[in-house]
Amino acid sequence: MNAQYRMGGSPRPGIRGACRIPTREIPDSLPASRARAGAGGSRIPASLGVLAVLAAQFAICAAHAAELRIGLSADVTTMDPHFVAAQPNLTAQKHIFDSLVHVDARGRPIPGLATWRVPDPLTWEFRLRKGVKFHDGAELTAEDVVFSLERPYAITGSPGGFVPYVRAIASKRIVDRYTVELRTAAPYGALAQDLAEVLIVSKRAASGAGGADFDSGRAAIGTGPYRLVRFVRGSHIELARHEDYWGGRPPWEKVTLRILPADPVRTAALLSGELDAIEHVPAADLARLRKTPGLKLESAVSWRTIFLHLDQARDRPPGLAARDGRPLAANPLKDLRVRRALSLAINRRAITERVMEGLGIPAGSVVSPSVFGHNPEVAPDPHDPERAAKLLAEAGYPQGFALTIATPNNRYINDEQVAQAVAQMFSRVGVAARVEAMPLAVYFGRARNREFGVALLGWGSLAADLALRSLAATPDAAKGYGAWNWGGFSNSKLDALIARSLGTVDPAAREALAREAAALAASELAFIPLHYQLVTWAMKNHLSYTARTDEFTLAHHFRPR
Amino acid sequence: MLGFALRRILQSIAVLFAMSALVFAGVYAIGNPVDILVSPLADQAEIARATAALGLDQPLWRQYWNFIVGAFAGDLGISFTANTPAVHLILERMPATLELAVAAALIAVALGIPLGLLAGLKPDSWTGKIIMAGSILGFSLPTFWVGVMLILVFSVWLGWLPPTGRGQTVAVLGVPVSFLTWDGLKHLALPALNLALFTLSLLIRLTGAGTREALVQDYVRFARAKGLSTARVLRVHVLKNIMIPIVTVTGVEFGSLVAFAVVTETIFAWPGMGKLLIDSITVLDRPVIVAYLLVVVVLFVLINLAVDLAYGALDPRVRLARRAP
Repeated sequence: MNAQYRMGGSPRPGIRGACRIPTREIPDSLPASRARAGAGGSRIPASLGVLAVLAAQFAICAAHAAELRIGLSADVTTMDPHFVAAQPNLTAQKHIFDSLVHVDARGRPIPGLATWRVPDPLTWEFRLRKGVKFHDGAELTAEDVVFSLERPYAITGSPGGFVPYVRAIASKRIVDRYTVELRTAAPYGALAQDLAEVLIVSKRAASGAGGADFDSGRAAIGTGPYRLVRFVRGSHIELARHEDYWGGRPPWEKVTLRILPADPVRTAALLSGELDAIEHVPAADLARLRKTPGLKLESAVSWRTIFLHLDQARDRPPGLAARDGRPLAANPLKDLRVRRALSLAINRRAITERVMEGLGIPAGSVVSPSVFGHNPEVAPDPHDPERAAKLLAEAGYPQGFALTIATPNNRYINDEQVAQAVAQMFSRVGVAARVEAMPLAVYFGRARNREFGVALLGWGSLAADLALRSLAATPDAAKGYGAWNWGGFSNSKLDALIARSLGTVDPAAREALAREAAALAASELAFIPLHYQLVTWAMKNHLSYTARTDEFTLAHHFRPR
Repeated sequence: MLGFALRRILQSIAVLFAMSALVFAGVYAIGNPVDILVSPLADQAEIARATAALGLDQPLWRQYWNFIVGAFAGDLGISFTANTPAVHLILERMPATLELAVAAALIAVALGIPLGLLAGLKPDSWTGKIIMAGSILGFSLPTFWVGVMLILVFSVWLGWLPPTGRGQTVAVLGVPVSFLTWDGLKHLALPALNLALFTLSLLIRLTGAGTREALVQDYVRFARAKGLSTARVLRVHVLKNIMIPIVTVTGVEFGSLVAFAVVTETIFAWPGMGKLLIDSITVLDRPVIVAYLLVVVVLFVLINLAVDLAYGALDPRVRLARRAP
């Protein structure tokens, strides 16, 4: 059990000189043009052509290497990286601060500020890169790391901070200037994934600092590729290149992150040329942007799975009744045959192609194909209404029954429309379904009060075992299991598998267990998976971006071509 | 005058209390912000800890009591999401909203009154008809749609004006304003026009109707018969007499310009108070919601007071009536 990650030679090949004038190409291309010119007559126009191309290339480089303007889809509330664990905030903060562990485009942990090894199942040794510089010129040391891992506990008044990400760490020891040893109370395999979210701040700058100090930039001293120039709340964030960045010189001298939560506005700003790229392309504008010359799209399967939680714990879940409205004798959702029938009733392809306008792929499992622990052998249930009807009859509901699907209407891509489509498909096999849609602000509170029998939820996670721990493990506050298990699904074998998977530090062994757990949850239909969302960025033609499973928009990963 | 102002202030305090209690209970009834803001990795213990940290585990009356005690000490609470005092967040955004509202009011007055006069003077001419028909459009088209169309035409098609955001700002007495820079003006143009549209239409119709009515009054006929120039008749006799309703409407409308800036701010990503309110409602950031509404109530009270004082200046009868009892 000795999992090791080593750094590659150059972590970011190609950043340096990503936008240089292609001097080497000049001699290569000249003979060709001369030859063409010789055949066609005058030589001057040809060399002028080459010059023009070069000039144009230079102009593009000069213009683009200078500044990148990106439209973000959600409000950034603070620059304090440990105040609230919200993705929109992290998106901005990850430009300024770095983490020990990075996550690659597919969502797998890779070395960030440190490499790590696990000498024994309880010990994680993180070895820092040497010579990493903070924006104030100081060198990153183990002191800063320990300070940053302890800081989440010191935050007050947070609506949900980073304590869950560092709670597994029982003790921290500074071995030397560049080495930190973390010990966990019990073996915990997901530590690297957790630490990918905890950003490292400068101990000197952040000691005693509050939200205002970070927002003003005084305490916002990180080792990230960009320095904070100005944070104008609700409007934009200005960043400038950190020249001493350890991963090579970042490609843009200046970056502006504009906050544009309204979908049509984000699209319009890109179309008008005010922005170079936007994240979360609205489904409604997809076709138009695809057709617009000068723009292009990049998309990837997101880590977000959309599924239906089914109440399978209580005898009388809200919204469930016989077709004539009378209460049912028992909760049909407790019967696996009924759950399977509902799953078979859903035409997932129709949903992803029509309702989602192509921004999804049919799902059969808890995590999407690129995420750790995805089980490729678990296929989405086919669309088979006949078998669904047969299973319902077998389970004692030949007439079907009635249920209500609750859904947020401002959270996931076309969430309410998806629920409507599913309701129609249920009705086709005899389960009369209606939809109750509401804003997220109302929805989550009511769902936590168990006010829904069937509820739509989306979940993004870096690992199948982590997702299952929250969504499908038997709710147990003492262990922290099942915090989002609205359906009350309970299966002791699955609980044991999740615990074993999370308790395995060897990634390969852990992934095998996580896959097994994912397969079990799918075969028992702990919830009904609908689809994996796709995440899409739109940008000007001269840019390229590697679409990321974890949906993060990072300016330093945009490259001029 | 003093009694009048005192009564106003007492009324306003009662309104502030009622408003804060209503909003408090309302937001409380919607749900727990921790449910929305907590990270997916959070377990039950973390959710309970965060709820307690925000004081949301206490009974509603105690939460409200704590708020009132804090409010009297000048502390309206700390934003749940931004880790900053709510009042600070609002004051930070207020200049942007006021700038937008003032710009919109100026556009509405500067265009609305002359156009209304023109339409009132020549109601049967083509110009008059076009102005009146246009004002109906201004009334009936929804702001958000017009906003999107303005962006489409002026930013996406013509490329003349930037579609979103606030331009470069300069600090005047510590307050950031954008109307002093060319970039700022370009950014201000579309949202201000969009916001002004409704008030502009209202003023056109009001001025138009007032002018038509005044033109047939005896004093105008007499003034004309006396041989006064049309310009003087309009300025001194017509305009002055129709000004009272226009000032009232402009005053009330200025309040709604501030309040309804929400829609325009959202469309044009204008970093004002309205956008802050919307963002706060979606995450149930109660301290900010309550503080925002309190600030807006105070603003309305002040505007109404200013309008009342303006009457006195415009109409000697009001001044005399106030002095009499």
